[in-house]
Amino acid sequence: MTNTMAIPRWYSWQKILPVVVPPLIVLLVVLALWQILCSGPNPRLPAPTMIIRESWHIIVDPFFDKGGTNKGLALQVIQSLRRVAVGYALASCVGVSVGIVVGTNRFINRGFDPFFQVLRTVPPLAWLPFALAGFQQAETAAIFVIFITAVWPILINTSVGVQQVPQDYRNVARILRLNRWEYFWTILLPSAAPYIFTGMRIAAGLSWLAIVAAEMLTGGVGIGFFIWDAWNSSRITDIFIALLYVGMVGLLLDRLVFYTSKLIVQSEE
Amino acid sequence: MQSLKVPAPSPSQVDLPFLELRDVSKSYRTAKGNYTVLQGVNLSVKSGEFVSIIGHSGCGKTTLLNLVAGFIRPSHGLVSLENRRITEPGPDRMVVFQNYSLLPWLTAYENVYLGVKSVYRPRSETEKRRARQIAEDYLELVGLADAAHKKPKQLSGGMKQRVAIARALAMHPQILLLDEPFGALDPITREELQDQLLDIWQRTKVTVLMITHDVDEAIYLSNRIVMMTNGPGATIGEILTIPLPYPRNRVMLTEDPQFFTFRNQCLSFLYERFALDVDYD
Repeated sequence: MTNTMAIPRWYSWQKILPVVVPPLIVLLVVLALWQILCSGPNPRLPAPTMIIRESWHIIVDPFFDKGGTNKGLALQVIQSLRRVAVGYALASCVGVSVGIVVGTNRFINRGFDPFFQVLRTVPPLAWLPFALAGFQQAETAAIFVIFITAVWPILINTSVGVQQVPQDYRNVARILRLNRWEYFWTILLPSAAPYIFTGMRIAAGLSWLAIVAAEMLTGGVGIGFFIWDAWNSSRITDIFIALLYVGMVGLLLDRLVFYTSKLIVQSEE
Repeated sequence: MQSLKVPAPSPSQVDLPFLELRDVSKSYRTAKGNYTVLQGVNLSVKSGEFVSIIGHSGCGKTTLLNLVAGFIRPSHGLVSLENRRITEPGPDRMVVFQNYSLLPWLTAYENVYLGVKSVYRPRSETEKRRARQIAEDYLELVGLADAAHKKPKQLSGGMKQRVAIARALAMHPQILLLDEPFGALDPITREELQDQLLDIWQRTKVTVLMITHDVDEAIYLSNRIVMMTNGPGATIGEILTIPLPYPRNRVMLTEDPQFFTFRNQCLSFLYERFALDVDYD
């Protein structure tokens, strides 16, 4: 290998400007319109300048901790993410393993599929009272809601992916007389991986949606309860900053799962 | 070329019936009753022979190959290799598929090694080293030593098919089953691969059963050409022996008057005696 290859110029201004400028224009126009619409004597919603003025303390210090639920937004988000991580990790383990069993066994599939189809349509928050009654604990109930939200897309996608192993690969496995273990690791899992990751990506988005809503009801430290608390104490400007955080973290989560899956599944035809 | 346990066919076996299909029929149950794909097929292939199967689409060529591969069982009759009834797929009858069927998540080398590993089941470190050597040797045989660590999607169609052939040969099959192996390739690559296959076949003396649509390809490569009648209930219409000596030369062959006789025989079988009513490509 020689080092004569040209350095890629992806960072050059000609490439960056067309990507960055249009969203910047949109942002400025929206902010300007917003400012104009909300700048009367008694606006119902705060204008951007007012948000910055009144919520300055939570913008500049995301890590303050004054005890109880009075914490900076980063600390609130970290608590929410922790709940999501636990529920999502459980859902991934259960979803992938049950999905594989359901996908490979026709009898089990026929037996369980109708129930899965009904259960997956239940909105996440509808599980909350049920979970509270069962666990008697807000924290565990919130995690259960994440689990039950995330598990269906992972489970159903995995079982479909397992059923979709192309006949060609099955034929190769039959000729090579691969045993169950080899078949699982060299054919089944790699072939189903793109489906599994699609399920996990959908699940990541749904979990983040669900945690914000669940925390509003369960209370404690977390971005969801922060928003609810801000509403109850008329700190409307804080809500806007919190929404910004929710959106950014949601996007980051989605990208994280997307790039992880790209790293692992890099070999599709 | 190294091998571990599977012996190559010895010269003494050459004239014994090797692959045998005796009165083979295959029918499927459909909503409208039984549909017979193949009817009364009798064929015996000698060890080391190169036999092509040619016929129109839907004549059951692939069904015939699937019966030999063991993917399906005959409804009637017997398919046997060295007097053993074929009941399931196995590494002794490796198939090279038209769409290559390489595992896209494995490199070229890993695809070949998976085949070698499944045949020899290496346990000790020495056996594993030899198995790896076999995989490397066969990639080299098809001229792809440099592309060993590329994934299938980084390879051209011709290269993919070479990997598939290397995988098949590395497994030391008793018979190599080729299902329109060059059908998806451009003409130049196809000719290159035909020459390479012919070269490998002469060196390894592996028995080959190949399905093809291409009359010239069949004549250039085969000892015998099996021509199928049209389905349903297709059977072997005629078997044409090509007595031209090997090694064959493509250019000289096209100037050989015998070549045109064979070509005409094939074409008249396909387009006059068993022509299809509809156009097909």
